Amino acid sequence: MHPAASVIIFNTFSGLGFGLLFWLGMGVLVPTGWGAFIWFAIAYLFAVGGLIASTFHLGHPERAIKAFSQWKTSWLSREGVCAVFALIVMAIYGAGLVFAGTRLGLVGIIGGLASLGVVFTTSMIYAQMKTVPRWRHWTTPAMYLLLSLGGGALLAGQVRIAAVLLIIGGILQIFAWGTGDRRFAEAGTTMATATGLGHIGKVRAFEPPHTGTNYLMREFIHVVGRKHADQLRIITIGLAFVLPVVLLLLPFSHVFAALAVLAHIVGVLTLRWLFFAQAEHVVGLYYGKR
Amino acid sequence: MTQLPPSSAKKLGLVIDLDTCVGCHACVVSCKGWNTENYGAPLSDQNAYSGAASGTFLNRVHSYEVQPEQGTAQLIHFPKSCLHCEDAPCVTVCPTGASYKRVEDGIVLVNESDCIGCGLCAWACPYGARELDAKEGVMKKCTLCVDRIYNENLPEEDRQPACVRTCPAGARHFGDLGDPDSDVSQLVAERGGFDLMPEQGTKPVNKYLPPRPKDVEPQIDILAPYLEPVAQDGAGFAHWLDKALSALPGGAK
Repeated sequence: MHPAASVIIFNTFSGLGFGLLFWLGMGVLVPTGWGAFIWFAIAYLFAVGGLIASTFHLGHPERAIKAFSQWKTSWLSREGVCAVFALIVMAIYGAGLVFAGTRLGLVGIIGGLASLGVVFTTSMIYAQMKTVPRWRHWTTPAMYLLLSLGGGALLAGQVRIAAVLLIIGGILQIFAWGTGDRRFAEAGTTMATATGLGHIGKVRAFEPPHTGTNYLMREFIHVVGRKHADQLRIITIGLAFVLPVVLLLLPFSHVFAALAVLAHIVGVLTLRWLFFAQAEHVVGLYYGKR
Repeated sequence: MTQLPPSSAKKLGLVIDLDTCVGCHACVVSCKGWNTENYGAPLSDQNAYSGAASGTFLNRVHSYEVQPEQGTAQLIHFPKSCLHCEDAPCVTVCPTGASYKRVEDGIVLVNESDCIGCGLCAWACPYGARELDAKEGVMKKCTLCVDRIYNENLPEEDRQPACVRTCPAGARHFGDLGDPDSDVSQLVAERGGFDLMPEQGTKPVNKYLPPRPKDVEPQIDILAPYLEPVAQDGAGFAHWLDKALSALPGGAK
């Protein structure tokens, strides 16, 4: 799959932003006044900034309002509805803390859970794709949630929670990669089933439909990511999980904390790039490519 | 609405005969022509006259080489367009309701004025039947020439999809695959028509007919077996050289 910058930025930063909103909503940290304003500003900058970035890859972003209508069947629509709901509820909760210094407990819990709901619905957009076997697995939503919770806790300065979640996240990510590498073969879609010609013999793509490239090949066939997958995986594990945990376990300093957040963000950006670049869509089989 | 309608009785679709297709790409051209000049946004090209030409097509012809265990390889031309699946995954993922499957005849269409160009339907389609137009920013797909098949302004023989109408080999057939007595259904039953990627669970309406088994040429000349065979054992210098080199240590036998 083509790793579009707008979608990678959205997945990384909105995940962190909604993760931070979750911990704020749950009352793990209860800032008031200006302090609360700064915390909520950071969370909204990440969450909303990511959402805005995600509209950059649309052909017609001006019609985006229509995307709220099909929540009965579409995970993308559900994500939109959930995001607007979470942002409104958390704005009410945040306003209580900033202006009145009061914690509206129930509002926070509803808003926090809705924030996680955004991350879950996002992950299901990918996990539902039967055409991309690597994504179609429970580890996809699990990793989205863990990264959001872990990254959110890291942003919120919750050392213990962040360390535990990042360690679990790192282990689960290695598991997801290991099992994901086999999933295309396990799904059983091959050039033989794609063409229905397998009963005659071995099928090979002889001549493509056109001499140039096309939308399908640009969007679904991406080889560069797989070439350097091993190195990128090591970089991802190091930056997104190991380095932040090590920095958190050292005696606390603001420099270390900032470095931990920075390393985590760069690591998650790499992780998301790999998430797309390594994923193979079955349509590539028609072109004899993957 | 992106909820799929209950299975319609009428299932309009195509039957493509892989035995007959000669790979001339006439269906590709006629499809591009009709669908650029008629319903919806035109199918744009980018850098059409350069080395990096690219464009939107609703129908493309691949060619595959199939190598049986015994005998020579076969070349099979393989036209591919939207299969108008009964369980169309492209429809249910659409966030805006732009993609829909018609109740009356099962055709899968895009309402272009509602399409935000998110591309998710193309992700969900295993067949590569949908292409986002680079100029218009909306999703394009085969309409089964919905603006021809019911068009009373056209002569009756033209009321079929452009690709079917133009195919010089008669490799494309259009009809109601929901009716077991229709010509296309009969053809599918007779020739063992099959689905593409059945494991994806999309239940395509369009069917493909497999290439017929190759004929084995009968022995016409009764004297042929008695004729001296064309040199099977080598003779002369080349034969001696072959044996001499084979006798060397490590020589090929």
